[in-house]
Amino acid sequence: MKGKKLLAKLYIGLVLVILYAPIIFIAVFSFTEAKSLGNWTGFSFNLYKNLFNGSMQNSSGLMSAVENTLLIALIASVVATLLGTVAAIGIYNLKGRKKDVMNFLNNIPMINPDIITGVSLFLLFVFLHISQGYTTVVLAHITFCTPYVVLNVMPKLSQLNPNIYEAALDLGATPMQALRKVLVPALRPGMISGFILSFTMSLDDFAVTFFTRGTIGLDTLSTYIYADARKGGLTPELKPLMTILFLLILVVLLVINIRQSKNLNKK
Amino acid sequence: MKDYIIDIQHLSKSFGSKKVLDDINLYVRRGEFITLLGPSGCGKTTLLRMIAGFLQPDEGSILLDGKDIAGIPPHERPLNTVFQRYALFPHLDVYDNIAFGLKLKKTPEDEIDKRVRKVLKLVAMSDYEDRDVETLSGGQQQRIAIARAIVNQPKVLLLDEPLAALDLKMRKDMQIELKEMHRKLGITFIYVTHDQEEALTLSDTIVVINEGKIQQIGTPTDIYNEPVNAFVADFIGESNILKGKMLRDRRVAFIKHEFDCVDEGFGENVKVDVVVRPEDIYFTTDPAKCQFTAKVNSCVFKGVHYEMFVDTDTGYELMIQDYDPYPVGSEVMLYIDPDDIQVMKKERTENKYLGKVTGEGKVEFLGAEFECNTEGFENGEEVTVKIHFEKVDLLDHEDEAITTGHVEFILYMGDHYHLTIRTESGEKIWVDTNDIWDKNDFVGIKILPKDICLEKVVAANE
Amino acid sequence: MNKRSNWALPYFIFLVLFVVLPLLLIAVYALQDASGHFTLSNIGKFFSDGDSLSTFALSIEVAIENTILCILIGYPAAWILANKDYNKSAVTVVLFILPMWINALMRTLATAELFTMAGIQLGKGTLLFGMCYDYLPFMIYPIYNVLNKMDKSYAEAAQDLGATPGEVFRKVTLPLSMPGVWSGVMMVFMPTVSTFAISEFLTNNKIKLFGTIIQENINNSMWNYGAALSLIMLVIIGITTVLQSNDSEEANVGGII
Repeated sequence: MKGKKLLAKLYIGLVLVILYAPIIFIAVFSFTEAKSLGNWTGFSFNLYKNLFNGSMQNSSGLMSAVENTLLIALIASVVATLLGTVAAIGIYNLKGRKKDVMNFLNNIPMINPDIITGVSLFLLFVFLHISQGYTTVVLAHITFCTPYVVLNVMPKLSQLNPNIYEAALDLGATPMQALRKVLVPALRPGMISGFILSFTMSLDDFAVTFFTRGTIGLDTLSTYIYADARKGGLTPELKPLMTILFLLILVVLLVINIRQSKNLNKK
Repeated sequence: MKDYIIDIQHLSKSFGSKKVLDDINLYVRRGEFITLLGPSGCGKTTLLRMIAGFLQPDEGSILLDGKDIAGIPPHERPLNTVFQRYALFPHLDVYDNIAFGLKLKKTPEDEIDKRVRKVLKLVAMSDYEDRDVETLSGGQQQRIAIARAIVNQPKVLLLDEPLAALDLKMRKDMQIELKEMHRKLGITFIYVTHDQEEALTLSDTIVVINEGKIQQIGTPTDIYNEPVNAFVADFIGESNILKGKMLRDRRVAFIKHEFDCVDEGFGENVKVDVVVRPEDIYFTTDPAKCQFTAKVNSCVFKGVHYEMFVDTDTGYELMIQDYDPYPVGSEVMLYIDPDDIQVMKKERTENKYLGKVTGEGKVEFLGAEFECNTEGFENGEEVTVKIHFEKVDLLDHEDEAITTGHVEFILYMGDHYHLTIRTESGEKIWVDTNDIWDKNDFVGIKILPKDICLEKVVAANE
Repeated sequence: MNKRSNWALPYFIFLVLFVVLPLLLIAVYALQDASGHFTLSNIGKFFSDGDSLSTFALSIEVAIENTILCILIGYPAAWILANKDYNKSAVTVVLFILPMWINALMRTLATAELFTMAGIQLGKGTLLFGMCYDYLPFMIYPIYNVLNKMDKSYAEAAQDLGATPGEVFRKVTLPLSMPGVWSGVMMVFMPTVSTFAISEFLTNNKIKLFGTIIQENINNSMWNYGAALSLIMLVIIGITTVLQSNDSEEANVGGII
């Protein structure tokens, strides 16, 4: 038993090391000034300094890419959360064929690879003669985010006692109040995880943005990195940026999880 | 060598610091239907899982046919289990579920086929071979789970609350079928349930378990008619549990009246507990027969009989069940047959702890420091602390309390409640009170200094 | 009460507009020539074009290999994570999904750099490794989810019926976890076929996958041919979805947090 345990731990450790190697690699080389990864020219905080005082070449490009990425992710995930929650309540109350159809349609964007979503939306915008840019990117992101919100809210609905909405009405709440004070709090955990999932998928998206951003020069972090890499040289300040983002996410996720497991233990 | 198929000796098991089973000794006769009965969390399922091999005992041993099976993993034990929620494999159909064990043993195809069909017939589920198990009703799944276990011809069939998930009607039907199956198969059944009625209906032998300890082992009639302690009396069926005094052999006093009884050997003037089942208190119109009178307080029709609460002339409340109703407010004459009075030895007559004098007028026990008279005792000396049940004050707040606890068990004794309180230190204190508390209520515990009685520790004491 | 089903309506309209219509447009464009007339020539072009066909074959091959690799590495990891004897902490599970939060392109670039630094020639080997690295969490998570939620009494019942630990795994745990595996396959296979950028970075533009061809055609305004290639992928997606049937519903990646 002991030996098996050790073996299991070793295996998990090994896989984790492989998974994290590139990220650690980026983090390590964020503390040197060299342009390309893997080239160590002595320890330095300069890249971090450049990042924060904006004294790098093409700094406005990178910074506006970061800004766009965050803003698009925020708008898309807020809209997706609202749309998805309302939709989930609707779908939950549907019956028979209609419910099957909605579930089927909701599954399509999740099954489709990014490139299909990207190309199909590109064709849609071309077909409708909509000029592509910020709006189309946001719409596209809402398209692939909403199904995940629906998916996260749905289980909360089935856990819900079907009578609590009626109970609220019975106690004198208007339908709107019942929704706000009873339904939404019960669905909140699902909405939150749907929102977080949407946000991160939007942050990470490359293919869909690539096809729907048009030709106005709109860049998100992904398309910026892609263009940068195609040009042959990554903006060195990306390394500290990625390192900071990674640490931020690490801390947030660990805090959430530790709090969750503490709550569980209390029960 | 007696014909015991399973012999459990000094079995103990703890989860963390909680002792779930404490020195269990039990034997199971070959072919008997034995039921482990107790409230949830009493340790009965843990015991069953240790017999099946899913848990290892901390201490003690389990003998199967005289051989210790400690080191044998579950898959090599000639026992099979019917699981609480059936645990039918959802990826296999009915036939493959039942054939699962036989296929593992590399039984020839035609033999498997024959045996599967035979058990399907036994559980009245022929023609269901190809059905997906998830399309079956609860009762049908239950039958398949039983079939899957008995097809392997186990020496012992273990059943873990197998009927708990069924509705009442289905449960009654399945009880009869289980009993019938046991008769036909002739193998030993070990059955776990918290339903006393189920246990009384099905079993040859009932083992009542509470808080990890066996309370009583006996036939259903023994357990019902002669409960050995207040817990068993209270848990099995309805009962009036009362304080009494054994005056001499065959003569007992309770509810401030004297009765003839059939119990002997308690000694003279010994405090006892008395159990009288509500159906054993009879109404009479013959003054010669009348032993005491009472006033009917309430009367409710329960389907077959009426359930009445009466106040006796001496101020005790009793529950009576009778086929005829008596109007509320009427005075009635009552008597009890000597046969129907069950006298039990008192498990305890007062609270007793090992404490320690921690200073002038201070003694420590139950994990707290109490004030009392410590005259004649030295600082640091270990002492026996005794407190009468009725001298413990329960408060609904912490303010004046010396320590706190939760109500664990409530027994109505006719004119007062006898409570078991689990204190913060994990120990128990028993309290007699007239106040009404609910199970799990938080209570503050206070004892007046004059009510705490200290004694020198006697070396030979238990 | 019944009216609440109407709440699905806005989303229904949204889905028709942004999911159904675009997919139909792929078919429409695929079956049109540049001047808008019906033609099968785009589809025909694919089947007569050696380059496209070999890229397609290679993509499928890489995707199959990558999927198998992900299962081989991911299943044991998921199994260990879901096994209470070996892992009691939810944090370890989070560590496995955490890399997904870092920009995939950036991670891929770093992986490629790591290979270069280690003196490994960029090519099919590095492509496979990098892909596996990118998609492994998508395989581990659904399998972990299914294993973690699996009722322990199934394994106990099998054991009770005489199965050794090995047999318990083969006859009960593995078959019952297949929905999770299928879910993982869906999340790894098609995305691998359709990646672009990632394959270029990992092979220094030496190996093109199917996704890259689609992207090149669309970017060079060859919309009709690009749509035709997309349509072919859609057909494959349709087939695989039907093949995996509907038994993987409980294994979705929905609740990562």
